[in-house]
Amino acid sequence: MSQLSSRQIWVTLLKRDLRIAARRRSDALNPLLFLLMVVTLFPLGIGPGPDILARIAPGIIWVAALLASLLGLERLFRDDFQDGTLEQLCLLPQPLAFTVTAKMAVHWLLSGLPLVILSPVLALLLSLPLQGWWALALTLLLGTPALSALGAIGAALTLQVQRGSSLVSLILIPLFIPLLIFATAAVENASMGLAVHGQLAILAAISVLTVTLAPLAVAAGIRMSVN
Amino acid sequence: MTQVASTNSPLLHAEQLSSIRGGRVLFENLNFSVSAGQLWQVSGPNGAGKSSLLRILTGLLAPSNGLVSFYGKPLSHNWSEYCEQLLFIGHKAAVKGELSARENFHWQQQLSSTEDIDAWELLEKLGLLGLEDELTARLSAGQQRRVALTRLWATQASLWILDEPFTALDVQGIALLQQRFVEHIQNGGTIIFTSHQSLTLSDLTPEKLSLEYQGEIL
Repeated sequence: MSQLSSRQIWVTLLKRDLRIAARRRSDALNPLLFLLMVVTLFPLGIGPGPDILARIAPGIIWVAALLASLLGLERLFRDDFQDGTLEQLCLLPQPLAFTVTAKMAVHWLLSGLPLVILSPVLALLLSLPLQGWWALALTLLLGTPALSALGAIGAALTLQVQRGSSLVSLILIPLFIPLLIFATAAVENASMGLAVHGQLAILAAISVLTVTLAPLAVAAGIRMSVN
Repeated sequence: MTQVASTNSPLLHAEQLSSIRGGRVLFENLNFSVSAGQLWQVSGPNGAGKSSLLRILTGLLAPSNGLVSFYGKPLSHNWSEYCEQLLFIGHKAAVKGELSARENFHWQQQLSSTEDIDAWELLEKLGLLGLEDELTARLSAGQQRRVALTRLWATQASLWILDEPFTALDVQGIALLQQRFVEHIQNGGTIIFTSHQSLTLSDLTPEKLSLEYQGEIL
């Protein structure tokens, strides 16, 4: 019998959490349904005029994406905390900051990646010009990992708080603002045929920074809660 | 079972260990050493700090004062080696209710790198055959405990720290667990556990550590 490599443990945790998510399909689908409902209801509320819709589409989609990512975030670590799994993760020979990245990856696979895949539908529903579609998909692809990373920090810090979802929102929404500004600016610029490299580079930098550093904060938050 | 190279230092050594939780002194100035191959039973009334002591020994909980060392080094200095040697089952048994007994065991096998253990044989031994595909959340408390205890058969760890392992088990389950304890000790393993029950293990008498309120060692 040999010791497992870090990569094998990471993959094992990823597969386990994906299997659990498959058993709780409604939890995984809720954020997407919420997003689709928001995007579908907006044209009904403000009228079907394509010019207005196209102008506000980046903001609507990104605000809805931010709010959708908050749904269920409270449960990211809570179930594992309550059933003792989080204690076991703390006692793995691998650093906790490494193993929690598997949970962050699961969150992204279940909430961020579907947004990227759905983005053409969202763009179509809000009459976004064709040149804005790819920019929307790119901003979601580059920005949603940061949503999952920042979300994990909020979830870890509020593990001990009963009904901590409102506190998670209060902590996270200010942190999401730079993402919202640069992502919507990129989509607007693309829709007008302007260059978007600057905004995309900043989004990528934010994601790299948060995905790299957030696990350390998440691990510290979990250890504080488990202690 | 993997073993750390033996040294003159005890496997675990607690020095001047104190725990204060919620302003209440659970115990203070505990000193004891656990050697490889020993069986230790921590007992005491509810709230005396048994679970806190075990969690301190695992490194999950920081002591208010004192130090726990593993083969002569503080836990934090060889944390990775310690975790490789440690198996901890607490009150919260880390069993996922959304997974079946077999899936829980399979997951544990993968994390502990013990895929060569026959899952079916073990599930039968633990009385879980026929329930292997049932979601664990739908099993009784005793059956869920048995699912958690499958970890004792799927581990390479030599040091087991178990918090109330006999809770919710029936007579047959208790006998099975006691037999596993004997096997582990005979193989050179070490067990520290809490229990309110007096154990009768063949040829094995546990070292006793009794806690009272405010932590006097009796």
